[in-house]
Amino acid sequence: MGRSKGRGWSLGLAGLLGPVAFWLGLFFFVPLLMILAYSFGTSGVYGGITLGFNPTNYLKVFDPLYLEIVVRTLFIATLNTLLCLALGYPLAYFIALKGGSWKHALILLVMIPFWTSLLLRAYAWVVILGGNGLANRTLQFLGITDEPLTLIFTPQAVTMGMVYSYLPFMILPLYAALEKFDVRLKEAAQDLGASRWQTFWRVTFPLSMPGVIAGSILVFIPSAGEFVIPNLLGGSRTVMMGNLIQQQFLNARDWAFGSALSVMLAVLLLGAILFYIRRVGAEKLEGV
Amino acid sequence: MKRRDARISRGRFLKVMGAAGVAGSTLSVLACQPNTSPSQGGGGGGGSEEKQLNLYNWSEYVAESTIPGFEEQTGIQVTQDFFSSNEDLLAKLQAGGSGYDVIVPSDYMVSIMIKSDVLQPLDKSKIPNMKNLSPNFRGLPYDPDDEYSVAYQWGTTGILYNRAEVGKIDSWDAMWNPEFEGQIAMINDVRETLGAALYRLGYSVNSTDQEQLQEAKAALLEQKPLLRGYFASTENRPLVQNGDILLGHVFSGDAITAVIENEDLEYIIPRPRATRWIDNMAIPAGAQHPGNAHKFINYILEAKVGADLSNYTYYGTPNEASLPMLDKELTELPSFNPPDEVFDRLEVIEDTGETTREYERIFTEVKSA
Repeated sequence: MGRSKGRGWSLGLAGLLGPVAFWLGLFFFVPLLMILAYSFGTSGVYGGITLGFNPTNYLKVFDPLYLEIVVRTLFIATLNTLLCLALGYPLAYFIALKGGSWKHALILLVMIPFWTSLLLRAYAWVVILGGNGLANRTLQFLGITDEPLTLIFTPQAVTMGMVYSYLPFMILPLYAALEKFDVRLKEAAQDLGASRWQTFWRVTFPLSMPGVIAGSILVFIPSAGEFVIPNLLGGSRTVMMGNLIQQQFLNARDWAFGSALSVMLAVLLLGAILFYIRRVGAEKLEGV
Repeated sequence: MKRRDARISRGRFLKVMGAAGVAGSTLSVLACQPNTSPSQGGGGGGGSEEKQLNLYNWSEYVAESTIPGFEEQTGIQVTQDFFSSNEDLLAKLQAGGSGYDVIVPSDYMVSIMIKSDVLQPLDKSKIPNMKNLSPNFRGLPYDPDDEYSVAYQWGTTGILYNRAEVGKIDSWDAMWNPEFEGQIAMINDVRETLGAALYRLGYSVNSTDQEQLQEAKAALLEQKPLLRGYFASTENRPLVQNGDILLGHVFSGDAITAVIENEDLEYIIPRPRATRWIDNMAIPAGAQHPGNAHKFINYILEAKVGADLSNYTYYGTPNEASLPMLDKELTELPSFNPPDEVFDRLEVIEDTGETTREYERIFTEVKSA
């Protein structure tokens, strides 16, 4: 009886997981293997690729020009993650612990931007920050400035756009972690003589660590692959790895090098995440 | 006033694909299919083709009357899809089975496509209207025997600027003038922008000489601090129109729209030389309806159809028979209809083969600096 029940259950499980396994296998794993195979191939002058074992694509990544782009990409992604954390944490904290009956409405407001495509929202910033845009007109109307300021197509505009785009990815997991926080622990800490600051750093923050980790990963990964915002808000004056990969596939028709860059990006991200979880997260996670 | 954005981003990057992310863009390069699914049968160009034609074009690149006119005349149903860069188009054809019958690649891309075997030769006996083509648009270097392509529209790449603020200019030097720091934008396209630097130095846009390319790189590095950024031509136009910048690197059709609307603006074909580009109709190797494709190409070459196209897009027509039917407001503009001495200093971008990657590397180096 028990056995047959167990089998039925595993058949059911296979039935449930089958479609997603098939989907991911076909549209995620197979393309990933193709990229890996391509990365060791040789590109034809007119596109296309000859498979083989050609490690020179990977050596090219270490060209100082491309290495600089790799380093810049990781820097921008890290900066973006830290900024999102610094801005997102207080907001998530506020909504989760002080939101009261407004909680759900507030978290809905955080999610509303997802209802519109990222592309449209980035274009909206072009309109808002432009020379004749809303921001400049308001500043001039208030008499803060006479001449229109250069607000867009700068590295700052790229940072602003990235924080804007990825902030919700940080807030939502933080909110989920903080919402479960038992306020009595805070009271206990204070009863035992901890200052508010100590309570936060030694009780609240460690307990929200899973949210911090999840949020950081959710922000870091797409930031490192970003290529729309540097083009739209940065005037293509900043090159990130995403831009470089795209250029290699389309303009340079060098699919092999483009693939090698993609593999490198994936390996770097995986490495960064493992390092992060080990260093920052593991013992904190265990404490939960 | 017509509101349209002809040739959305001939520039090579795909903003439109944007949000897809890197993995997405890679996938779509490998796996994109048109959203039309041509039904089977009728291949091979016989007389028994179904009444269907799949056109793959730049967006807003036909007049309002163009496609309805063809459908009425032939009873063939046209489905039009849009691409945003030549490189997109090539990637799609190379992935195979694109399902399109007529495509509209630019000059240098035609020669790349011929070399990659993705086009089929045209049957000129089915395109009698080819007689209307001006000799200037035959036997061009990218298809010397006119075997694979027929010119569709043409234009130039030059400078749209605010003459009232800048004063009269006539050469590429203006785009390097420190006086206009932060008020200049170039096109985010390797060949056009590296090309501008090569022209300014007195070299050919198709140079494969290492020293000349390095000089051009130095020139672009010198120019970069003066720039607002690198954008699509369709983006540079509104930047100039709104007064965000004073000088924008743009395609002629975009510029002429702006010039007609605002008399402070002017479009010039800069000295010493500038680009003349030509978009062409061609039939992909695996087309399902080659017979209909030939009919469509022949229809576009009708005098009236060609004139309607140009009157709508503000780009030039390669069709000699169409010239008398063009709107006067267009033909009076020297930028639309360059006199012979200007035409002679226009150069066509050609495929640079192996050097393509060197061009790309230089542009990356400049943008990354």
